[in-house]
Formats: sequence, structure tokens, C-alpha cells
Amino acid sequence: MKKVFSKKNDRKFDPDKIFKMGATLAGCFVLVVIVLLVFQLITQSYPIWEENGLSFIIGTDWNAADGRESFGALPYIVGTLVTSALAMAIGVPLSIGIAMFISDAPKKIGAPLGFLVELLAAVPSIIYGLWGLYVFREFFMNSVEKPLHNTFGDSIWLFSGTPFGLDIFTASIILAIMIIPTVSSVAREVMKTVPQQQKEAAYMLGATKWEMFKLVIFPYSKTGLIGASILGLGRAVGETMAVTMLIGNATGLNAIPGSLFDPSQTMSSIIANEFVEASPAGLHLPALIGVALVLLGIAMVINVIAHLLVTRMLKVKEGAVNT
Amino acid sequence: MTSETQTTSDLFENDSEKFKMIAEDVTISYGDVPAVKNVNMKFKEKSVTALIGPSGCGKTTFLRCLNRMHDMTKNAKVEGKVMIDGIDLYSKEIDPIYHRRKVGMVFQKPNPFPTMSIFDNVTAGLRLNGVKDKRILNEIVEDTLKMAYLWDEVKNDLKKPAVELSGGQQQRLCIARALAIQPEVLLMDEPASALDPIATQKIEETITELKKEFTIIIVTHNMQQAVRVSDYTGFMYLGDLIEFRHTKKLFTDPKNDLTAKYVQGQFG
Amino acid sequence: MSSLEKRQEYRALFKQNVQKRLIVDKIVRIIIISCVITAIIPLGSILVEVFKNGIAAISIEFLTEIPGSVGSGTGGVGPAIQGTLIVVGLASLIGVPIGVMSGIFLSEYGDNRLARSVRFFNDVFMEFPSIVLGIFAFLVIVLVLGHFSVWAGAFALSLIMFPIVARTTEESLKMVPITYREAGTALGLRKWVITMRIVIAAAKEGMVTGIMLSVARIGGETAPLIMTILGSSLFFANMNTPMDALPLRIWRLSMLPYESAQLQGWGAALVLIFIILGINLGLRALVLHKKETMQILKTLKEKVGGKN
Repeated sequence: MKKVFSKKNDRKFDPDKIFKMGATLAGCFVLVVIVLLVFQLITQSYPIWEENGLSFIIGTDWNAADGRESFGALPYIVGTLVTSALAMAIGVPLSIGIAMFISDAPKKIGAPLGFLVELLAAVPSIIYGLWGLYVFREFFMNSVEKPLHNTFGDSIWLFSGTPFGLDIFTASIILAIMIIPTVSSVAREVMKTVPQQQKEAAYMLGATKWEMFKLVIFPYSKTGLIGASILGLGRAVGETMAVTMLIGNATGLNAIPGSLFDPSQTMSSIIANEFVEASPAGLHLPALIGVALVLLGIAMVINVIAHLLVTRMLKVKEGAVNT
Repeated sequence: MTSETQTTSDLFENDSEKFKMIAEDVTISYGDVPAVKNVNMKFKEKSVTALIGPSGCGKTTFLRCLNRMHDMTKNAKVEGKVMIDGIDLYSKEIDPIYHRRKVGMVFQKPNPFPTMSIFDNVTAGLRLNGVKDKRILNEIVEDTLKMAYLWDEVKNDLKKPAVELSGGQQQRLCIARALAIQPEVLLMDEPASALDPIATQKIEETITELKKEFTIIIVTHNMQQAVRVSDYTGFMYLGDLIEFRHTKKLFTDPKNDLTAKYVQGQFG
Repeated sequence: MSSLEKRQEYRALFKQNVQKRLIVDKIVRIIIISCVITAIIPLGSILVEVFKNGIAAISIEFLTEIPGSVGSGTGGVGPAIQGTLIVVGLASLIGVPIGVMSGIFLSEYGDNRLARSVRFFNDVFMEFPSIVLGIFAFLVIVLVLGHFSVWAGAFALSLIMFPIVARTTEESLKMVPITYREAGTALGLRKWVITMRIVIAAAKEGMVTGIMLSVARIGGETAPLIMTILGSSLFFANMNTPMDALPLRIWRLSMLPYESAQLQGWGAALVLIFIILGINLGLRALVLHKKETMQILKTLKEKVGGKN
């Protein structure tokens, strides 16, 4: 007690100052880590940039054999973007539908449903991958992929590959499921900001519930919904394990998919698959680190955009009347 | 549930008179708590009826049941009948959408659709009903904006976003929006309470003109407004309709003690 | 001003479309319900399948022994369970103090430019793909020391952990009314005492919730462990060797063609999901229905939730 109450002046070192310094240092830790991380990624991947320059990003080779080393990141960039875009195309509508349902349902139904959807987020990626590999793949291949291929394989290029279950399509579907909790909960928050009077105005005109959504809720929360979707895209881009287990693990030119049923590879999956085997001498490891750098760049751009859109929506909408 | 209170009224003794809207034994409860008890009111065509009373007396609650707005409220239960042209709005066969078209509503705070222009706000209800003809839309926009005394102020810039208008203008826009769906009854919930005196005056002028065509029911806490604007007035207190008479008579010679106290300003 | 006839004329123009509009509304309702069902089915399937298939593998032997030879179906995931506990525990020892102090910084000393950029970059850092964090740990620890190690794995996981803890700590502290701090100042207490003794005591529940949720999160992480602890078939020996962990073992097992490996994979998955869902559900039952901790969950939902 005595120590706590003594005057500031007679202390040689001020515990308050020390505490504040400690807290500040802890706060700055993240800044240091970011700088160090980016620095490390750049310097350790430097050999591949030195070798190929920026054409590493558009190259499609992937050869680790001694003396014939040649690496290009394009197939994996394509794989990441295609699977993520597909995941968005499937997952976002589902998420918005779920958000619509929960926002409108009575609390007794909405709360447990919201809880279940959130539980989807607690399941680790590796278990999604395991389930996808042992359960979903068989089912999906036989009930969806094979029929599509047999019926439309000749006419539509999307379905022309031979379905094997481990391909872009399967991986994208699992990704779509994985982004549902994020997108739907942000969508729900965003839709909650629509003022009650707006909805009443629509009902007053005789609108049905769906018409009220079209007339009031969607226009009002458009920015936030787009932000939620891009947030989902950001999640999908950074996903590793589930995708690695389901995407078929092709490399180089073969990894650029010609149809939905072709195997492919994403930036994170190629790293997961090959990092431990790659020898630090030579270009293989720098190439993988270069891929990581590109992945980081893309993920960051997407996430910053998403956050800007969502926070703008959640902070600014104070109501339309400027009386 | 029946209320102990009997409404003091000398209106509409002769039942052969034609009424646009009739509220019969209307009781509205939130959960177990009754907010409006056994209200009986009749509204004549082309008239203005004001509902007055202290805060919490149930006047807004009652008003909102007239176009089934309580469907949206989770706990609300409405008993009794609300009839427009003889058809009960609350009967099982009627979907409220049919009849919400007949009853327009203007809310306390102006609430134009913020993402739409003036023109689109007015035509919102029309578009829902499948009216696409540009000529007709333009006609109705001009017609309703004129009725709402807003046309001259906005006619040159109908594409302007509705939120750029002043509060009073926005409220008149909301009136035009409600009028555009060609209702027969117009409900107004303290339409001028969020506005300055000049805007209020404009709204009152609008109401006086509109009653030549529409049946208007207006909730107001401003007694002078009720006197200026309405033909009939109903005074509510704690969920009961205490007195329902010609406006002049109710204010100059209230028959019920409570009414007298209220109009004399003895309680808020 | 239009006459009555004009009005009738307008009304006649309204399409008799109410029936159609009501049907469209019903159809949308059905579509939306199917969206919900479509999301719940995978969850149900995952939980059912993990339980159904995994339970067959569970035994004392399975939970405590080292893996048998590849494909033999003998042995268990003892090292993996131990490894998960060790590496998560160590990561917490690193991540929690940094995260909590960082949260204190943001909340109690946070009204300046530096704090604003820390907050921003903290949020940005939370979105770093976890495999990139694993590479970072590899580069600064594994490469430097010359071998895979538990240090590296714990460090990588702590990087995932501390921003989450920082954010949830900040939110919890911010919810403590300013009057608590004022009372402390009025009593003549120093700021650090006020913060540590009074404010944290009041924010305890929210902070613990945030910490436990981040523990559950890193427990399931696989990618950053691949190039840091690498995986192993032996129990923990010392901090400077590779180590196994449940997610890693599941992954390695999934790459084997044997049915016995598949079975063991399900078993390991059951153990993992048991731990993680246990933490999540336990938190919900005990603590998350309170208003303060609901706020934590809201923050987490928006910012975190990804598992890489």
C-alpha cells in the first residue's frame, strides 16, 4: 500500500512510466512483426526475383530438377483467384439468404440458427478437408460432377474435364461453405442498420416482404453487403488446408484449369505441399517464398478494400433525414 | 376484453349515413397488456378526424391498426373489426396488401427512401403495382406533388435525391408518395411534429385541401392544430376512447370531465 | 386537382398483380429457407461423420501411444495430442501477455496517432494468411537455428493469437465504465495499479472469453505448423526437435492410402473437434449470453473466424 501511494517525485523510476512503456512496446510489436515479415519475405525470395524479375508472376513453369530449375507463379495465382471467385459466387448468395432469414425470423428461431451458422466457423480447416476428402468428394463426384459431365461434357467447356472429385469445383464448394459464417454475420449486422421507419414506409405502400427487401434493405445496405462479400473473398484467398486436400495438386501448366473438373493448385496449397521438401540451395524455396509474397499482397489488398466498405457502412448511416 | 368506459358521443346516430371506414370494438394488446380497449369509431368520407390525448393514450397504436401496420410488430394482437367500404381488413381472407393500397400513411418523421430521387420516391408505390407507362407516371407525380404543395418547389429537378430536401419538403414528399397509390383514406401520425412552424402551416394547408377528396385521420398532440384542421375529434386516455364529437363542440363544450381537463391543458 | 373519375381511372391501371406478387414472395421465402438448410447440412454431416467414423478408433491405446508403422493400423496419436497441448500452451504463454498488454495500450493509452495505426495494423495483421506466418517463423527461427523446433511452432501460433487477444482485450477494457478509473484516481492510485487491479478485474470475463476463443482457433491451425514443428512420431523430447500435433497428424494420415490410416485420421479429428467445440460451446454456455461478452463475439465474428 505504501509503495502505491508514495509521491511521483521521490521515485527513481516511475512505475507508471514503465507500465506505459511496456504497453506501448507491446502495441508496437505488431508493427515490428509486419515490417520484419515483409522484409524477410522479400529478401528470402530475392533470388527468384533476381532470376526472373516480374515475369515470375506470369510464368507457368514449375520445374525443381537440378540444373533445369524454372518457376512461375501464374498457375497458382489463377488457382487461388478462380477458387475464391467461385466460392464467392456460390457462398455469397447463400450467406445473404441466411442473413435475410435470420434478420426477419422471430428470436426463438433466429438465435439458434445464428448459433449453428457460427459453429461452422469454429470447425478447423483440416476437418473440412478431411470431411471433403472422405465424405463429400464421393457424393459430389457421383451426384453432380459425373452427371454434368455426361450430359454437357461435349457442349459446355466448363464440364469437359473428366471428373475425379479432386478438382477446382469441389475445392470451391468447400470454400463456399467455409466463408458462409463470415459473410452472413456481417451481412446481418449491415442489414440491421436499416431504420425501422424505412421498412414501414415500404409496407405502407403495400409491399410484400420480398419487395420491402428490394425497395429498402438492399439499396440501403448495398455498400456493406458488397464489403461483406469481399471479406468472404479475402477469407477464401487465405484458406490453405481444406483447399490443399481437395484441389488435386497439379503443378505448372497443368495447374491452370481448363474445366471445372480439372485439378489445380492455389498459392497456399503449393506452399503447403512443397515447402518442407524444397531445398534452400537453389531457386525452389525462394520461388515458394515469392509465391507467399504474392499471396500476402493479394490478400491484403482484398481485405483492406473489404474493411473500408464495411466500416463505412456501419459508421456513417445515421439516417436519411437532414431536418 | 371489454372496457368499462363508455365513449361520450353524439355523432352518427343515424346509421344510414355512409362511412368510409368503421372501427368496431377494436382492442389492441402487446402481450397481455392492452394498449387500446374497445374503441368504436366511424369515419365519414371527405372529412378529417383528429385523435388527441396525452402520450401513451393509445392514439398512435390505434391509428396504426387501421392499415394493419401491427402485423409487423412481434407481440401485437388486434381484436375487433376495421372495415373499409364494408370489407373487414382483418378478416382471414383478405391479404393486407390489397387494402394497404386503399389506406396511405404518413409518419411522424419524414422517411423518404434515401437512395431514390424525388420522382422515384413518389412513383415507388406505383411501380410496385405494375404501372410502367411513363406518361401516366409523370401525370401522377405532377398531380400528387401539386396536392402536397410541393410541385412548384421541385418541378425543375425531380431527379434530385430526396434526402437533399428540407425536413418540411421531405414530409410533403412523403404525403405525395402516399397519395400516389390513389388511396381513399389517409392516415397521418403527428405529421408536423418534427417540423418548424412554417412547414407545419404548409402541411395543415395541404390537409385542408386534401379533405375535399380523401378521408383523413390524423393523430396530433397539438390541440390548436386539431381545431384548425379537423371536423371531428376523438379524445383518448389510457387506451379508452373517452369522447368523440364534432371538433368545435368537443373543445368548447366537452361533456366528459377528463376531456375538459385535457383541453384546458391540465395534463399533458 | 383531379376529380373522382380521374382517380378511378388511375386505379384501374393498377395491374391485378397482387396474387402474383404474393406468389413471388412465397417463392423467395422457400429459397431463403433452402439457403439455411444448405448451410446446416454440411455442419450436421461433418459432426455426424467425424463422430460416427472416429469413435471406432478411440481407445486408451489410441490416445496414449505413438503411431505404429505406416499402414499397420496400430499405435495411436499420443504424441499428436501432447504436441497440440504443448505448442498451444507455449503459444499462449507468448501470445497472451503481448496481446493483453497491447490491448491495454489501445484501450488505456490509445488516444493518439500511434495507437490508431497500431489498431489499424493489428486488424490488417489478423488477415495475414496463416501459412505466411508459418513461413515467417520458419525464416527467423528454423533457418537460423538449423532445425525444425517447437519454438518455431509456438511462435507461429502466437502470431495468430496475439492480435485477436489484443482486440478482444481492448473491447473488454473499453466496456468498463470510465467511472471505475475515475474512482481509482480519486483514491490516489497510480494508473498502472488502476488498470491492472481495477479495470482488468472488471473486464476479466470478456478478456478470458477472447483468450479462450483464440486458443480454440490456434488449436485447429495446421498450415503454420507444417514448416515449423514438421511433425513426428515420437513424444516430446526437447524444445529443439520436431513435434507432432493433431491437425498435422490428421493431414499426414489423410495422405496415406490405407484404410487403417483413414480410421486413425477420423479418430484424431474426433479428438480435435471435441477439444475445440468443447471450448466454444463451454464458453457459450457459461459466459457468452452476457451482454459484455456478446460484444467480444461480435468483434470476433467480423474480424476473425478464418481458419487456415
